[in-house]
Amino acid sequence: MTAPKTNLHLNRRHLLAAASAGVGLAFAGRVAAQTNGPANKLVVVIARGAMDGLSVTVPYGDPNYVPLRGGLAIPAPGEANGALALGEGFGLHPALAGLHDLYGAGQMRFAPAVALPVRIRSHFDAQDVLENGGEGLRQQTDGWLNRAIVAAGGASLKGLSIGAQTPLILRGDAPVSSWAPGGQVRGGDRIASLLQDLYVEDPILGQNLARGLATEELVGQGQNMDGEDGRLRRNDVQGLGRAVARLMSGAEGADIVAVSLDGWDTHAGQRAQLQTRLTGLDQLVTGLKDGLGETWSRTVVVVATEFGRTARANGTQGTDHGTGSSLLLAGGAIKRGGPIGDWPTLADNRLFENRDLAPTMDIRSVFKGVLRDHMGVDRAALDARVFPGSAAEAHAMDGLV
Amino acid sequence: MASSPTDAAIALTRLGLGARPGEIESVAADPRGWATAQIRPQGAPQPSGQFADTAQRVAQYVDYQSDAGLVRRDRRSAPQAGATSTPMAQTAPGPDADPDAVARREARQAARREITQDTAQEFLARAQLGASTDDGFAERWALFWANAVTVSAVKFASGAFVGQYEREAIRPHVFGRFEDLVLAAEQHPAMLLYLDQARSVGPDSLAGARRNAGLNENLAREMMELHTVGADGGYTQADVTELARALTGWSIPTARDQRQAARPRRARMAAAQAQPEANGFVFRPNVHEPGDRTVMGKTYPAAGLAQGQAILRDLARHPATARRLSHRLAAHFVADDPPPSLVARLEDAWTRSGGDLAQAARALIEAPETWTPQPAKIKTPYEFVVSTHRALGTRPQRIQPLRQALLDMGQPPFAAPSPEGWPDAAADWAGPDALVKRLNWSRTAADAAQAANPSAVAASALGSRLSDRTRLAVARAESRPEALTLLFMSPEFQRR
Repeated sequence: MTAPKTNLHLNRRHLLAAASAGVGLAFAGRVAAQTNGPANKLVVVIARGAMDGLSVTVPYGDPNYVPLRGGLAIPAPGEANGALALGEGFGLHPALAGLHDLYGAGQMRFAPAVALPVRIRSHFDAQDVLENGGEGLRQQTDGWLNRAIVAAGGASLKGLSIGAQTPLILRGDAPVSSWAPGGQVRGGDRIASLLQDLYVEDPILGQNLARGLATEELVGQGQNMDGEDGRLRRNDVQGLGRAVARLMSGAEGADIVAVSLDGWDTHAGQRAQLQTRLTGLDQLVTGLKDGLGETWSRTVVVVATEFGRTARANGTQGTDHGTGSSLLLAGGAIKRGGPIGDWPTLADNRLFENRDLAPTMDIRSVFKGVLRDHMGVDRAALDARVFPGSAAEAHAMDGLV
Repeated sequence: MASSPTDAAIALTRLGLGARPGEIESVAADPRGWATAQIRPQGAPQPSGQFADTAQRVAQYVDYQSDAGLVRRDRRSAPQAGATSTPMAQTAPGPDADPDAVARREARQAARREITQDTAQEFLARAQLGASTDDGFAERWALFWANAVTVSAVKFASGAFVGQYEREAIRPHVFGRFEDLVLAAEQHPAMLLYLDQARSVGPDSLAGARRNAGLNENLAREMMELHTVGADGGYTQADVTELARALTGWSIPTARDQRQAARPRRARMAAAQAQPEANGFVFRPNVHEPGDRTVMGKTYPAAGLAQGQAILRDLARHPATARRLSHRLAAHFVADDPPPSLVARLEDAWTRSGGDLAQAARALIEAPETWTPQPAKIKTPYEFVVSTHRALGTRPQRIQPLRQALLDMGQPPFAAPSPEGWPDAAADWAGPDALVKRLNWSRTAADAAQAANPSAVAASALGSRLSDRTRLAVARAESRPEALTLLFMSPEFQRR
């Protein structure tokens, strides 16, 4: 792998060229959004808990990757359980076969080292910033995706969140709806094992909860054969993808959707956990693609997380809270291309605070690029309202769609 | 008495419905004083809202009953009408042919719906009071007594009055004498309808001789077994029957009573029959079984309404009642299997004060057993849901999700499974399925919560009862909903 990559510079040059020619891409985007055809679709998936970018878009070509990660390193393409090659020294986690197929079809891109504009390692605070789109902490009034709906067309665009409660990213002036799957916790869920830790000394609760969940499992096996029966289980992620696709279809279908995936806080036993989570993510995206049919060609899916994880493995076969992580884009509307942004490398002197992957790009640049070119939000609105104060630090990324 | 830092958290969680943000600090100076100050002669706080009082609800209910009678008559007459037109038909066309009958049926359904919805709003108002009150101990104390003399909405008729029952028969009396509370409870339409007293007729009364109707022992039996002395209180079946005879005539107004009450000219005639009281109670002399009654060895001379009242007061003052309810109080507030010393303290206070519930409350607050740091009681679903709202500083906003949550966790609103009331032990509430339901609800509640800082919620809800293990789990959670779910499901939040 040669680093740093030049894509960021290329993109900056494109931006300058477009601006000097007087033909703002924003204009083109706005026109596209205002035609009478069906609206473009945007799905934002938030991986809550800090997704480990170094296991998702594996920098196997970086000479420091294996030494830092040890047993957690994903092997290079061609090796047993190896990454799925993306070129330029990167590979996708082997659980992401569906996304890799999309990559082959020119429908998937990735940014290997993005981060929020502020350096925090609290999940709660960082998720607020990720969703609010601002730079301050504890801004919980509204989210950038909702402001984007207002800016892109207001009432004509339908927002939808998946889950019992509208997440911050979709809260705000534009009315949005929400839908929650059955909501049943299962024995294999992260919360169940966390509770067992809490109940170790309890005479009643641990044993009874485990028994109750085991019973649910037995009951659930009969129901879960048919994913279309509306009783979607909490961890049936492929079923979730198809269900969301149905909610996005037809004249009344949602145009802008926010989905949360939990369970990325892999402090221990990371390998097995990520295998499960990434399989789920892959199923969600392929479920969406299958369910959307021809609408997939007008769809962009963004997968983002609040921060990354430490470059080094910790003592419990896991990783701790870090900084830079990767962002994924998928969808029929995506423009074929390589990595988005520079690769900072994992060299000792390049690690952020000598521990984390250093971000080379403000995550808002990707969001802004997608909103401008896919949803037709103009640059002024992006800089002033959707991501206020971001004009200088995070200009919209070109050429994503 | 000196207070430890844990006492404030104990006061708010064990004696109350959980701590709201900042509440532990505000009572820390004097946790016992916080509870004692809520012992007021006027009783427990009332839920706010515009609700029908008992007299108004009686009028609604009586209207509904008259409509129901008409609908039943329509049904009976319908097959005959069908028979004349289609003699061979096996199925009657039903009352639909008659537009008046259809209108009557629809009016009846609408009246029933209105009453049911009103009761649901009463429940929501009660839960909102629980979630927001500063008088958490008085509220818990009132809930205890409402459950000790349960009226359940499993019957439509008693459900129609259960809100009025709690507000008018229970809450005003919870810091008065037990005999006054139990008398108000037994004479309320909710109880008279729930335990079938309203239709019990003395066989040798004027009405009994005419109508071939008879005794219903239901209320008399539960009065002794559940409301006062208890199954081992030393009474026999003969005592139950005697009490049932004494209670005949205890009833609720009929449509005729209502009409007569509305016509002053005929009021004197009505007075000979029955006098509806403001609490919806009617004593019908013509239904009352004449003669003396002997209950538990004591003879009560014929005295109409006063006869049953005298027996009930004696039952309320009986030492077995003091012992039984002292045990039930201790088991509810402190431990499933309460320390005998605590039961003895409560019983002593009860007996010395002649059943003054204010003295019983003081004894509970002052007992050292009440303040043991280790919580031994699993919250009921209602206590769990309300305490979750308190922890978040919120109130339930709509009845439907609240109803569904409590239904899932096994405690549907106002609908105790039997006259015994809701059970009270860990085995009843912390079973495998119940915990799964609590977890699912916790997750939904945590998803919906707007709390910025779950660690602060944990600290303000539990104070020094918060364990290191739970504190760390909350702090290390990967998202706010996960942190709050862990808090709500933690061993110390599930208990009080």
